Amino acid sequence: MDDLITMDDLTNEEIIKLLDDAKKMLPIAKGETYLPLLKGKVLANMFFENSTRTRMSFETAMKRLGGEVLNFTTAGSSVSKGETLFDTMQMIDGYADVAVIRHPRQGAAQYSADSVNIPILNAGDGAGNHPTQTLLDLFTIKEAHGKFEGLNILIVGDLRYGRTAHSLSNALARFGVNLTLVAPKSLKMPEEIVSDLKALGGVVNETDKLYEQIKDSDVIYMTRIQKERFPDEDEYSKVSGIYTISESDLVDAKKNMIIMHPLPRVDEIQSNVDSTKHAKYFEQAFNGIPTRMALLCKCLEIDISKGGLLR
Amino acid sequence: MSDAEMRRVTAICNGTVIDHIPGGEALQVLRMLRLESGISNPISLVMNVPSDKLGRKDVLKIEDRELVQEELDRLAIIAPEASVAIIRNYGVAEKRQVGLNDELVNIIKCSFSNCITQNKKEPLPHKLRVVSRNPVEIRCAYCGKIQDMVDISEQII
Repeated sequence: MDDLITMDDLTNEEIIKLLDDAKKMLPIAKGETYLPLLKGKVLANMFFENSTRTRMSFETAMKRLGGEVLNFTTAGSSVSKGETLFDTMQMIDGYADVAVIRHPRQGAAQYSADSVNIPILNAGDGAGNHPTQTLLDLFTIKEAHGKFEGLNILIVGDLRYGRTAHSLSNALARFGVNLTLVAPKSLKMPEEIVSDLKALGGVVNETDKLYEQIKDSDVIYMTRIQKERFPDEDEYSKVSGIYTISESDLVDAKKNMIIMHPLPRVDEIQSNVDSTKHAKYFEQAFNGIPTRMALLCKCLEIDISKGGLLR
Repeated sequence: MSDAEMRRVTAICNGTVIDHIPGGEALQVLRMLRLESGISNPISLVMNVPSDKLGRKDVLKIEDRELVQEELDRLAIIAPEASVAIIRNYGVAEKRQVGLNDELVNIIKCSFSNCITQNKKEPLPHKLRVVSRNPVEIRCAYCGKIQDMVDISEQII
């Protein structure tokens, strides 16, 4: 594997292998075992846009495997002096073995991959894609349900600008889930993505109704309405807070139904849900570490079963 | 073209005839080929004539100008079915194929306002992929956005 820009860069078999590898990484991710598989390797965290979980979990993943991390942010860098993305990435090509990039412009990850030789991992390009989030989302679903096929999965909220929803829906359509996309009209999934999902053979329903869907669902994937992506405040205020799940909405839910969220949340999931057995979003955030460990090993061509350390 | 169609426009001595342009698209083709202004070559244009193949078609005759392959690549974006004849001394000297490549490099630019390629200082070429030919669907190779074919001539580089 060279780059991971969209989920199309991975086959279904590669995805399953990554999830299996991530499972083996769990003791290292938790710090129970130290295994320096990536000693001597350098990761460049190139964040041109804010991040909490993605940047930190990549950093933890690299460090728990013995690697080093360069952290880049635009503040104080030459980007604020008008440096192009191309030029910034040329520098990183010589400094690191692999780079993670997040950028407000859509297509920036592919553009970076075309600019350099080292592997590029897309950690979010504008309202485009976020495939490493999808890997941890899939891991979380598989850990909870043991399978994908036949699950009823709702993806809820900002599907127009939500890059996590774009990448996740692609993968789920390929694994045979019954996918229901829940969004207000102004935040519906972009037409090119819905068209791709159907071409992948996915069972896809689109609706703006959330609450009547809850009782039949196996997974509810909530997303934040992203204020920063709206062209004006009026449009944002029309849809802000449109979907909110509270404990009282879950009385008829299946016992093993899980609620996920890429975080940060605003008001999509009330805090009274946190203590229910359905809440999986904090565990989901932790799962970023083992899945990103598996991904880093794959793109740096490190065999994780080498020397019989992990079986 | 049939004789009746031929009589709609004057035969040209030297130049290029573009036939089988989808009906109503000839003006877009002129824009796409950058022939709509600033040149002095005589151009004859026939629009919306009946066609077995297309239902309605447009025809363009450009005098004293032989289109080169790079221009035919542009033409293919709007008129992938077009046929092109190079005319010399009133006869067809050569037929050239219009072919839509899988990848369009520095021919049109992505229209999406938040695409990375909107930064004019970025040096890599504009790159779009042809994902479907009938109907033509073109997506940016970087941001993945589908391009609006109605306004595609506005995106010519």
